[in-house]
Amino acid sequence: MKNGHVIDKYIREEMFPNIWCPGCGNGVVLGGLIRAIDSLNWDREKIVMVSGIGCSSRITGYVDFCTMNTTHGRALPFATGIKMANPDLKVIVVMGDGDCSAIGGNHFIHACRRNIDITAIIINNMIYGMTGGQYSPLTPTGNFGSTAPYGNIDQTFDLSKLATAAGASYVARSTVLQARQSISLFKKALSKKGFSVVEMISACPVSYGKMNKKKSPIELFKWIQETTVSKMRWEKLSEQEKEGKMIIGEFADENRVEYTERYQQIMEKAQEVGRP
Amino acid sequence: MNKKSNKKNTKLLQGNEACAEGAILAGARFFAGYPITPSSEIAETMAHELPKLGGKFLQMEDEIASMAAVIGASLAGHKSLTATSGPGMCLKQENLGFAIINEIPCVVVNAQRGGPSTGLPTKPSQGDMMQARWGTHGDHPIIALAPSTVNEIFTLTIKAFNYSEKYRIPVILLLDEVIAHMREKVEIPDINDVEIINRKKPTVSSKEYLPFKPDEDGVPPMANFGEGYPYHVTGLVHSEKGLPISDAKEIDHFLRRLNNKIQDNLEDILLYEEYFLDDVEIVLVAYGSVARAAERSVKIAREKGIKVGLLKLLTVWPFPEAKISQLAKEVELMIVPEMNLGQMVLEVERCAHGKCRVIPYNRVDGELINPMEILVKIQEEKN
Repeated sequence: MKNGHVIDKYIREEMFPNIWCPGCGNGVVLGGLIRAIDSLNWDREKIVMVSGIGCSSRITGYVDFCTMNTTHGRALPFATGIKMANPDLKVIVVMGDGDCSAIGGNHFIHACRRNIDITAIIINNMIYGMTGGQYSPLTPTGNFGSTAPYGNIDQTFDLSKLATAAGASYVARSTVLQARQSISLFKKALSKKGFSVVEMISACPVSYGKMNKKKSPIELFKWIQETTVSKMRWEKLSEQEKEGKMIIGEFADENRVEYTERYQQIMEKAQEVGRP
Repeated sequence: MNKKSNKKNTKLLQGNEACAEGAILAGARFFAGYPITPSSEIAETMAHELPKLGGKFLQMEDEIASMAAVIGASLAGHKSLTATSGPGMCLKQENLGFAIINEIPCVVVNAQRGGPSTGLPTKPSQGDMMQARWGTHGDHPIIALAPSTVNEIFTLTIKAFNYSEKYRIPVILLLDEVIAHMREKVEIPDINDVEIINRKKPTVSSKEYLPFKPDEDGVPPMANFGEGYPYHVTGLVHSEKGLPISDAKEIDHFLRRLNNKIQDNLEDILLYEEYFLDDVEIVLVAYGSVARAAERSVKIAREKGIKVGLLKLLTVWPFPEAKISQLAKEVELMIVPEMNLGQMVLEVERCAHGKCRVIPYNRVDGELINPMEILVKIQEEKN
């Protein structure tokens, strides 16, 4: 690892080697996230990282912050409680695609709506990896999963569009192939006052790749490269060419009043009235 | 609320309001909840009062999220409360288990309605007694308290926070629709006259700190997030350091320690009151609003010369096994009136070890059990 020293500063060494399979994208996200955090010079004691359940959620075990590996889909409400109780804390949430968009879908919408100052990173490998490759709400239609042996008939969520529509202040999408771009997107998301979302298209060669004729990590990476396009390129594509492709880049970057700030105003208002 | 207080600071409060008042006095500065009958007034009172005190109120998207937010807030240093009724209590079970395995203090109120399912939203019940004990999966400890008057709701809410902080465990406060909504006199004490217990903080440096290493009392000191003690919290069975484990010995040790911190402190945790138990042939074992009726029926029966007494349980979980066992040796009969089809009576039977007769008396029609029907039961069984 070229910048090994940066990573070493933040990891819990006794937790390594990690549980992730060869070719998994989770490590790229972890590495990028650590580099982004390091560049912000935050008070390390004030950083809290929260996750749900799944391969991606093991990320909180590997970093030496105040960390929390919560229940499936519930990372955001746990994080909301932490941030409300102590708005000085920098709260980062890492989720998987099933975690965030299926069991945690309602929590995700409402965290966006509240616009609370939390950064949510979603590692979207388009499958339930840890449980053996069942299809998720982000598995492309027609793809295969262990519970979709004849092909997935569900429509997929566009998570970034969903987050934008639900009111998140910052929304971006990148892939684990764009390591440098993702670091800069993480930095923007972490610095944003309000709810920020970065969706990371990732690779699960073992569960997703195997069932979808992309067995080797390289085949899977190539497929990700081919199916993702920048916003600029997207505009130039014909409707036919757009079919099955995903846009990479920023979808929302707005400045709205953040939730704990709004609550601060409520406390001031209530205190003016006074306790009888 | 609380507009009509006299000099003694006696207030006429609704049960749910008394719960909120008690929580605030105990130091609760965080509430997350979801609207549900018959507990909503607790949320409403907290929404009104907490911002004045710099406390935080959140109405979450559902009961699951409320429980999660309460745990997060407690970990970030706030004494935290949530309140619900049966259907919401079902949804809270998942994260209740998370709070138990991670030893995160919090108080969960269940204002019981009739069930199952939507059941009887505006009628009282004691149908969730076993859910309070075993609702979340896996072997686990729990503390549950059951007040029978509005004043007891106030005092036991404070106790609930004290136990949760002292033993690092969620405490369930079991109300029912009647005491949640009735109005009674509550003596609000001066805060200096009330015992308030706060969680133990670590006395070692962050490098030496092991978040799940217990002191001699079985309870680990708790650092709040953001206080300079970075550590890991996981729903997986974990080591003293908080990291996942797979060693059989370590797993066994962890789960036994988790349960033993409650079992080893029963003397402190078991609260009950005894009425006329010195010279007694028949004992009523009751809790919650049924204990009120039971107390009245004891008085009437005594006037009639029947040797009846009452054991009123305030702590229902853990169950006062030793007390019941001892009483069973001294009496002929125990009658257990409950607004369910017989839940705590199973515990009474178990603990009586066949030393006396144990008879249930049950109602599940959404109506309170009244003193006269208990009296009739006493007379029937006596003959």
